[in-house]
Amino acid sequence: MAASNPAAGEQYDYEIIKKFTVMAIVWAVVGMFVGVYIASELAWPFLNFDIPYITFGRFRPVHTGAVIFGFGGSALFATSYYVVQRTCQARLWGGGLIPFTFWGWQAVIVLAALSYVNGYSQGREYAEMEWPIDILVEIVWVSYMAVFIGTLMKRKQPHIYVANWFYLSFLLATALLHTFNNLAVPVGLFSMKSYSLFAGAQDAMTQWWYGHNAVGFFLTAAFLGMMYYFVPKHAGRPVYSYRLSIVHFWALSFMYMWVGTHHLHWTALPDWASTLGATFSIMLLLPSWGGMINGIMTLSGAWDKLRTDYVMRFMIVALSFYGMSTFEGPLMSLKDVNALSHYTDWTVGHVHSGALGWVAMISFGSLYHMMPRLWNTKLYSDKLVGVHFWLATIGVLLYITAMWISGISQGLMWRAFDDFGNLQYSFVESVAAMHPFYAMRAIGGMFFLSGMCVMAFNAYMTIRQGVREANLVGQTAGAAA
Amino acid sequence: MLAWLARPENAKPIGLIIFFVTFCLIVWWVYAGDKKRAARMEEPKNIPFLDDDLDQETKDKSNG
Repeated sequence: MAASNPAAGEQYDYEIIKKFTVMAIVWAVVGMFVGVYIASELAWPFLNFDIPYITFGRFRPVHTGAVIFGFGGSALFATSYYVVQRTCQARLWGGGLIPFTFWGWQAVIVLAALSYVNGYSQGREYAEMEWPIDILVEIVWVSYMAVFIGTLMKRKQPHIYVANWFYLSFLLATALLHTFNNLAVPVGLFSMKSYSLFAGAQDAMTQWWYGHNAVGFFLTAAFLGMMYYFVPKHAGRPVYSYRLSIVHFWALSFMYMWVGTHHLHWTALPDWASTLGATFSIMLLLPSWGGMINGIMTLSGAWDKLRTDYVMRFMIVALSFYGMSTFEGPLMSLKDVNALSHYTDWTVGHVHSGALGWVAMISFGSLYHMMPRLWNTKLYSDKLVGVHFWLATIGVLLYITAMWISGISQGLMWRAFDDFGNLQYSFVESVAAMHPFYAMRAIGGMFFLSGMCVMAFNAYMTIRQGVREANLVGQTAGAAA
Repeated sequence: MLAWLARPENAKPIGLIIFFVTFCLIVWWVYAGDKKRAARMEEPKNIPFLDDDLDQETKDKSNG
């Protein structure tokens, strides 16, 4: 019987992980729904219905906030609490701080979304939250760090497994990024409005130092932590090279910090700073691919698993997308490529091949691995995992293909001149040319969202099954006594 | 020497040397030594499997 082995549940704190797992799935559905809605608004503008609260400008940060911090963040809280306990063989440290990280983080996501639809925004990408919410984030984050580091300190294992190193660098870097990017002067104690402490080009650089490192540490390093535990664990074989993982960790952590300025090519930023960003972006290809190869080669000798195991497929396809987008990124950071790609949909496509292909897929794989273990049962349906896998894969491919075509067309149309040296196309002509691809992108998003709904159903049924089995065992034990 | 170090425009070559040497030292520390040391450096890769017995029941039933 499943619950005859409650050892893991007793030895470790699984309650908090269950909560974050459920909320990761809830926020994924909400965030992706809002994403599909705003993509549809771009394709079919009547969907704005002249209601200011649901326009693209206000819904866009609701989408990014819900998927990055709601879904991604909750998945990271869940997996980091799971991995740190299981690789340290120690129960979570922190007492009341542990549930506080859950309620605090959920409050942040809800308050941020409410403030955005009501028109409050700092206008800083991926950090639109105004100052009172920023302070709450800071407090929750420090508590999270305390819980994680406190647990590491009481480990029964002398060595700190590499996944925890990646989580640690994510915790530390996010704290630094959040603090410095949000330094601002509020207009008044009871006003939501604030002004950044930085001005002009410095402000732009601070924003993109934050912005790209949010990608580098929140959406990459942390999910690599996930990868270094769940891929070997699910494959049932240790990571391909532990020594490569050490070099991967230090090289990646060091290099990401410098690349933010590649978002500001051909602007008022000093040329040397943007060259520096591009140079580090190119160098970053090496650790990124080192890590991807390390993950994929973990399966070497067990490739047959991919044929039958959809959870494994999610993980390996995630790594493939990771490799693809970490090749595309350095390419786009080159000034000449950037002159074509910047401000176009190519960037949007690039972000989504990373966010949907890598971040979401590695999270799906990890959550599918974790759920049966958390609720001490088996997955409700392996077949539905397969359905989810195909819906997600088709969705990502439709999305990024649409954005490649539309982005490159935009770039080419904006820079086209006629024989007299005038711009060949007006801006609105380029917008009209994008229409079919905006529709295609929205449909790609619908595929991805449908897959997510399938996962939510599968998760609900798995949890229900786990709870029923546990109750049954409880009753049997009670009757026997 | 100290005066050269103190000049702001020399920060870039100094930074380059410090970080590149650190990187080389990390790579050397990771890969140096004989097969015995290599095996010792690789040993922590088994940490995720130390608590496998906790999952035995679920593992058999899930697709893991």
